Amino acid sequence: MTKDIRDTKRNHISRRHVLAALGTGASVVAMPWIARAADDTIRIGFPTPLTGPFAAEAKDQVKSAELAVKQFNDKGGVNGRKVELLVRDDKLNGGEAATRTLELIEKDKVHAIVGSLSSAVQLAVNEVTRARGVLYVSISQSDTINEVKDFSKYTFHEALNPTMTAGAVARHAFKKGTKVAHLVADYAYGHEMLRGFKRAQATIGAETVGEIMHPFGAADYSTFMPRLRSMRPDILCISNFGRDQANSIKQAVDFGLKQQAKIVVPVLLHNQRLAVSPEVFEGVVGGSNYYWGLESQLPSAKTFNDAYRAANGGAIPTDYGAYGYTGVSSLLQAMQVAGGTDTDKVIAALESLKYDVAKGPQYYRKCDHQSVQSVLVLESKKKADMKGDSDLFSIVANEPASENVLRSCTELGFPA
Amino acid sequence: MDTELILMQLFSGVALGAILVITALGLSIIFGMLGVVNFAHGALFMVGAYAGLWVASLTGSFWWGLLVAPIMIGVFGMAIEYVLIRPLYGRSIDDPLLLTFGLSYVLVEGVRIVFGSDGIPFPTPSSLTGVVDLGVGFFPIYRIFVVGVVFLVVVLLWLGLEKTKFGLIVRAGARDPTMMKVLGVDISKVWLLVFGLGVGLASLGGVLSGPMRSVNPEMGALVLAEAFVVTVIGGLGSLVGSIIAGLLVGVVISMTALFAPEMATIVMFALMAIVLLIRPQGLFGKLA
Repeated sequence: MTKDIRDTKRNHISRRHVLAALGTGASVVAMPWIARAADDTIRIGFPTPLTGPFAAEAKDQVKSAELAVKQFNDKGGVNGRKVELLVRDDKLNGGEAATRTLELIEKDKVHAIVGSLSSAVQLAVNEVTRARGVLYVSISQSDTINEVKDFSKYTFHEALNPTMTAGAVARHAFKKGTKVAHLVADYAYGHEMLRGFKRAQATIGAETVGEIMHPFGAADYSTFMPRLRSMRPDILCISNFGRDQANSIKQAVDFGLKQQAKIVVPVLLHNQRLAVSPEVFEGVVGGSNYYWGLESQLPSAKTFNDAYRAANGGAIPTDYGAYGYTGVSSLLQAMQVAGGTDTDKVIAALESLKYDVAKGPQYYRKCDHQSVQSVLVLESKKKADMKGDSDLFSIVANEPASENVLRSCTELGFPA
Repeated sequence: MDTELILMQLFSGVALGAILVITALGLSIIFGMLGVVNFAHGALFMVGAYAGLWVASLTGSFWWGLLVAPIMIGVFGMAIEYVLIRPLYGRSIDDPLLLTFGLSYVLVEGVRIVFGSDGIPFPTPSSLTGVVDLGVGFFPIYRIFVVGVVFLVVVLLWLGLEKTKFGLIVRAGARDPTMMKVLGVDISKVWLLVFGLGVGLASLGGVLSGPMRSVNPEMGALVLAEAFVVTVIGGLGSLVGSIIAGLLVGVVISMTALFAPEMATIVMFALMAIVLLIRPQGLFGKLA
C-alpha cells in the first residue's frame, strides 16, 4: 500500500518535471536528465490508427497489446519494473504517425515503440525510430522494411510480410496454368502484395491475365467489374485492406464474379468479414497471421484466447489484433532476458529469442529482423457450417515457420 | 478493345452516375433555395444508411427502411434547420457552412458511439439479388433498381417543382424572398420544408447505397466530396445541372476505369477543374 502511494507520488513529480522542462521552452534534448524519469516504469509507445478506415483492426491491436502488458505486470513486471502502454492515434497518416512517435520518444521518454498499421505509415515510424536509435517492433505487413535500404538495427518486424503471406496463399490456391486477374489497391500494401503473388506465380507457373490498380479507399468498384469479367480468370485476386476489402469483395459478388472465378485475398480480415455477411465472403480464401480457431490444435493459442476472453468480456482476439500481443510479448520477454531496457542488450536478446505466445514457435531472423513464423491459409465458411457468430473461417493450410518462404538475406541486400 | 466491353462500361457509368445524382440533388436543392452550403450532407447520407438499416432490422423488410428512413431523417433535417440554421440566415455564407461542418463531426461521432465504428452488414434485399444479362454483359439487378428509383425521384421532383403551387412558391422564394414576404407568403415555412427535403434525399441516397457498400460511420466522407464535385460541375443550385453532371461524371469515371483505373477517383476533380476554367459558373449555372 505505502509502496503504491510512493509510486503515485513519484509519477506525479516526474510529470511535473517534464511539464516544467517543456514550459520553459528549453529543449528536452538539451537537458535529458530532467525528463529521464526518476521512476523505473518501462514505457512502450503504441501509435495506431484509432480513427479512419482501419479503426476496427487498430482497436483490436490495442486490446491485445494491453493484455500482454497486463500479464507482465500481474507477474510483477519485467524484472520488477512495471510496464506502461502509451497508445496514440496516428490517424493512418504518415506525418501524424511520425509526429506522435517523436513526441513519445522526446516527451514521454518511451523505451520502445510497438505498433502502426499500414505499410506506408509503418515506414514513417521506422524512419523516426531509426534516426533516434529507439527500438521498434513493427506489426504491419511490409517487404521493404526487411530490405537493406530501409533496414534499421533497432527495428524488429513482428508482422508477416507480403512475400510470406502472398506466397502461402498462392501455394495453396494457384496451380500450374491457373489464370489470375489482379485487383490491387494503388499504394505500398497493394503493390507489395502483387509483387509477392507474382513471385509465387512464377514458381508455380500460374498466369496473370490482367492487373487493375484501384484508388486507395474507393467506395465503388462497379466500373472495374466489366473488365475483370472480360479477362475470364480462374481466380480473382484482390489485394487491398480494411474497408476496401469488404467493399470490393461485396461488389465483385454482386456482379456475379464468384460464379466465374474463385476470390482470393492476401489477408482475410476477421473484422471485414463481420462487416459484410457470410454469404458474401463464402468460399473466399486468404492468408492470416492468426485465427482464434487455432486453439483446437495449439495450446499457446488456447492460452492466449482464454486470457483475451477473460480480459474482454468473452470477445475473441482477431488477426491484426494478435500482432499487438505477439509484438509486445516478444519485446517484453527480450527485456526480461536483457535485464532491462538497454537498447543494445535488448537487440541482442531479441535476435536470439525463441518465443511461442499465441501461434506456435517464432524467432527474429538475424539479418533482417523478420519474425519467422507460421502462416495460415483460411477459407470463409458457409453460413450453414458456422457453429457460432465467431466461427467465421476454416483453416485450410498452416505453413510452419521456415526461413525457406522468405527472401534470402543476400537477396535483400545484406552481406552474405 | 471490343464494343461489348465499352458498352458495358458506358452502362456502368450511367448506373454510377445515378447514384451520384441522388447524392448531389439534396445538396443542390438546399443551396439553390436557401443559399446554405450543407457540409453535413455526407454525414446525413451516412445517418440515413444507418436509419434505413435500423428500420429494416426492426420491421424485417428493406422496403420499410427505404420508405421510412428518408422521412425520419428528413424530419430530423427540419429540426436542424429550425434550431441551428435559422438563426444564421442573413449572415455571411461561411456561418452555416462552419456550423454544418461541425455538425457532421457530431453526427459521425454519435453514430460511432451508438453503432460502433466497425461497420455493419446491409444485405441486398433477396428479391433484388442476382445479375441480369443485358446482352453485352451481366449487371446486378439491385443497381438497375437504384437507377429506376433515382429516375422516379427526379420525375417526382420535377413535377413537384414545376407543376404545383408549392413548387411555384419555392422557385419564386429562391428568386426573391423579400418580395415573397411582401406578398404574404411565410417563406420560413418553405425553407423548413426545402431543407427537410434536401436532407431526406441525402438519406435516401444513404439507404440505397447501403446494400452496395458496407455501412460504416465514415461512408459519408467521400460522398460529400462527390456531391460537391457534381453540383459544381452542373452549376451550383441548378437541378438540371446536377442531373446532367452526375451522369457525366459517372460515365467519365467509368471510362477512365477502363483505360487508367488508378485515376478513377482523381478524374472527377480534374473534370471539375476543366469545367471551372472554361465555364466558372458550371454547365448550367447562372453568373451571379
